[in-house]
Amino acid sequence: MSYVYDEYDVVVIGAGHAGCEAALASARLSLKTIIFTIAMDSIALMPCNPNIGGTSKGHLVREIDALGGEMGKNIDKTFIQSKMLNLSKGPAVHSLRAQADKKDYSSSMRKVLENTPNLTLKQAEIVEILTTDDKVVKGVKTYSGAIYPCKAVIICSGTYLNARCIYGETVHMTGPDGLSSAKHLTESLKSLGVEMYRFKTGTPARIDKRSIDFSKMEEQKGDEIIVPFSFSNKPEDIMKEQVSCWLTYTTPKTHDIIRANIDRSPLYSGSIKGTGARYCPSIEDKVVKFADKERHQVFIEPEGNYTNEMYISGMSSSLPEDVQVEMYRSVPGLEKADIVRNAYAIEYDCINPAQLKPSLEFRNIDGLFSAGQFNGSSGYEEAAAQGLIAGINAAMKLLKKEPIIIDRSQAYIGVLIDDLITKDTNEPYRMMTSRAEYRLLLRQDNADLRLTKLGYQVGLIDEETYQKIIDKEKHIKEEKERLEKTVIGANKEVQELLTSLNSTPLTTATTLAELIRRPELDYDKLKSIDPKRKKLSYDVIEQVNINIKYEGYIVRQLRQVEQHKKLENKKIPESLDYNLISGLRIEAKQKLTSFRPVSIGQASRISGVTPADISVLMVYLMQYNAKEAAEKKVSH
Amino acid sequence: MKSDTITAIATGLSSGGISIIRISGNDAFSIIDRIYKSKNGKKKLSNEKSHTIHYGFIVDGDEIVDEVMVTIMRAPSTYTREDVIEINCHGGLVVTRKILKIVLGQGVRLAEPGEFTKRAFLNGRIDLSQAEAVSDIIKAKNDIALKNSLKQLEGREYEIIKKIRDSILRDIAYIEAALDDPEHISIEGFSEELEENLQNYSQSINRLISGSKNGRLIKEGIKTVILGKPNVGKSSLLNILVREDRAIVTDIAGTTRDTLEETINLNDITLNIIDTAGIRTTDDEVEKIGVDKAMKVAKEADLIIYVIDSSVPLDDNDEAILLMIKEKKAIILMNKSDLTPCIRKEDIEKKSNHPIIGTSFVEHEGIENLEQLIKDMFFKGDISFNEDIYVTNERHIEAFSNALKALDMVRESIYNNMPEDFYSIDLMTAYEELGGILGENVGEDLINMIFSEFCMGK
Repeated sequence: MSYVYDEYDVVVIGAGHAGCEAALASARLSLKTIIFTIAMDSIALMPCNPNIGGTSKGHLVREIDALGGEMGKNIDKTFIQSKMLNLSKGPAVHSLRAQADKKDYSSSMRKVLENTPNLTLKQAEIVEILTTDDKVVKGVKTYSGAIYPCKAVIICSGTYLNARCIYGETVHMTGPDGLSSAKHLTESLKSLGVEMYRFKTGTPARIDKRSIDFSKMEEQKGDEIIVPFSFSNKPEDIMKEQVSCWLTYTTPKTHDIIRANIDRSPLYSGSIKGTGARYCPSIEDKVVKFADKERHQVFIEPEGNYTNEMYISGMSSSLPEDVQVEMYRSVPGLEKADIVRNAYAIEYDCINPAQLKPSLEFRNIDGLFSAGQFNGSSGYEEAAAQGLIAGINAAMKLLKKEPIIIDRSQAYIGVLIDDLITKDTNEPYRMMTSRAEYRLLLRQDNADLRLTKLGYQVGLIDEETYQKIIDKEKHIKEEKERLEKTVIGANKEVQELLTSLNSTPLTTATTLAELIRRPELDYDKLKSIDPKRKKLSYDVIEQVNINIKYEGYIVRQLRQVEQHKKLENKKIPESLDYNLISGLRIEAKQKLTSFRPVSIGQASRISGVTPADISVLMVYLMQYNAKEAAEKKVSH
Repeated sequence: MKSDTITAIATGLSSGGISIIRISGNDAFSIIDRIYKSKNGKKKLSNEKSHTIHYGFIVDGDEIVDEVMVTIMRAPSTYTREDVIEINCHGGLVVTRKILKIVLGQGVRLAEPGEFTKRAFLNGRIDLSQAEAVSDIIKAKNDIALKNSLKQLEGREYEIIKKIRDSILRDIAYIEAALDDPEHISIEGFSEELEENLQNYSQSINRLISGSKNGRLIKEGIKTVILGKPNVGKSSLLNILVREDRAIVTDIAGTTRDTLEETINLNDITLNIIDTAGIRTTDDEVEKIGVDKAMKVAKEADLIIYVIDSSVPLDDNDEAILLMIKEKKAIILMNKSDLTPCIRKEDIEKKSNHPIIGTSFVEHEGIENLEQLIKDMFFKGDISFNEDIYVTNERHIEAFSNALKALDMVRESIYNNMPEDFYSIDLMTAYEELGGILGENVGEDLINMIFSEFCMGK
């Protein structure tokens, strides 16, 4: 028996990392929002690795923060170790990563949700999306038959749809961590014409800390100076004692065990049909595909301060339980390992994300949005980023405002969403720095300068934060100009300083900026010959230093962005019939029809669409737009 | 719309006379000011009135390259609705090509196939109702360009480019894998290895460029092939044509042991003559190979001159050749008319529709007829040489040069001690430029290479 429950503006299905950001954004923008979860205790659950951030993912978290999302703040509250990766490389690829206390992370996020006005939490499985005949969302239905009328739905079902956990011949029809799976929503989506995919991912075993011999491993400590994820925090505010991770390696014996039992792996026996991510290969995949590699790294990471469970990073597997025991125990330090939870692979339903608009709304279902692993991505951070954008855009739609679409040249979030809806996603999509073509501009250190104003415009950033960014911009600009103008002569003091820093002494006068550009020098090192320097905050100095040092490269990327923007700004009408365009190759017609790009720029990134096709398309659009304009004139 | 400045040769190249090099875009005037010199050396074209023609010289530094007429036209009353400069020069490949090179050296880009038309349309110069026609032009020109690009690369060159490209991609993938997974993959010390690689890439590309310039890639002119059995007088014909022609442009060493190539001018028509002399012997097996080779060369020819010894009866070889050239533009010479003929003109006419001329190379008879016939065929448009080949070649050279520039930037980054992530930016540019020649996009190449070569991830 079904009955009608309360009415909401926005319904969010799933309370993982995508769902939390989506629901918070929507509620904070004053929309009456409800978030459904299959289990209240699984809010913001981290069913796989116990960390947030990492290369390019750390960028995403800082961007989420700059836009007014929650992930950065939550990890700053609950981390137990923090590290800036890639410090020996350029500033564009410095990436922040923090180990989380999983339970803390989850309950802290739950607290935020529970105390956000306009947001209701509900434990229930959604089985059906209700729409009008012309596919406009009008509500959802729970397993128990309650109908929640609403204007927009955001699906963030993660890995729960028809989930199946597998190791060896053992199969559990559950979601991650033994949680109940969602068994009905796929059918409802299919009946709405949604194209579904089946993807696979996996997780390693958890081992009892007491059974590990850490003396055989290398200790991996956190950084001494901690950079917070959230721009609202200062390093000193979040200092705390950190917990170590540990490094060990697989052995030839490990590889022998895997090879001897490979036929029992469901990946190789064909029992697993879902497509896995190449980025997160199981240990059996690594051993088979990189057979000449003698050993693989294994990181032992704490799941939190609340437990003895340790996450065995680098050894995810779907081998049978008995093989797992033997395999893990062949690793130095793990000889006596007590396995608390087995490694397993998980298969789940997700969508072909080519069905989405850049706003993350379905092209063919009005008011239906989606985010996270349901969209074919992998990773907590990728999920949260999409959740935030889907939440914002569901709100924008109901508030009758333009959707927020972030460009590839603006943020990793833009790259992530554009890739998902433009490329043939045939495996779980993971963010990577190599995917961002303008990465010199998209640094983790300047995410606030890139996005805070946008967050303010959306309504998720308060006045005070906004004002701070305006001031920061001003300080950076002024200091840069001062350094460009300040002339330094070849006096004794200068020459001595340069010599002491192994830098060539001056032959003619130069500017402070020129000196900063020298590879061996930087802003801080020139302090003694720059007496007029004002006291500036560390983040302003960082920007000044990077902007001066890498100016040549940055200017070049800015020029590329200018070219790129020209094509992005040429919009393609939604209703365009590509079959009518003579001169387009058949492959291009098919691809364009299936992806329905919103701009010429997006069209040019679809594989199988050539530059000549783009020219032809531009010519056609010119005529099309003129015709439309003429018709409008007539009808008025 | 703000666009970069483009250039191309706007006229056909083959018919001598005048060639026009067109420049369109914002920088057109500043560029012509740098390379144009008036008679008194004082005129600056950017100060002159629009839609005027000016006599003067194109200069390369201090050196005068050619005497020209330059038409200047300011936007918007031009074909593309942008500033347009047209340099009218003394035709002929050598000069035209040199001027184009000077223009390209000013930071102008070679126009894409159909780009002037595209700009004209997008800037509202061509009526909107013509969209379909414009699209068709762009598509057709691009199809031809891509086909030519690939056709023109010899197997060996194609392989070299592919190899360099693969290797560059591997370098990028290594760097990127290490950036994305620093805890598993280290690139410490890689810059030294990379420097060595860069050296090799640049050397290979430089060799490809000089190959292009020397005509290994480009064989401009009407590709004319002389076919015939041994001792029919093919070499004599070539010698006569070369000797009689007053202006040998270049002589290019044969691409294979068995063919000899000469470029000659026949009243402003450039002929690129390939003699297939010596390709046959009496040994049956080798003879077969010879015929195959001749067939291959002939297939790509714009014009075939088939020499028959009229004092010797036709045999199977002649039959095979006549069959092969049936669909080609060809002229048949019945040589050795000074000897007692045993083949009649009618015998050949039965087997072929091609024009037939009686010649005696020994007596220099019929040569004038032959030259006249070629001229007639050319001006009637029966034969034409494929000038896309020339354009394609310029495009290749431009892409090679851009790739070289990018590789130099990488070297500079290494020299300046920049972090490794800066290397991949310019490496990628080089990869893209070389891909353009092969008609290949970047797509997911990098991501695929990263995953196939490096063991990544948790």
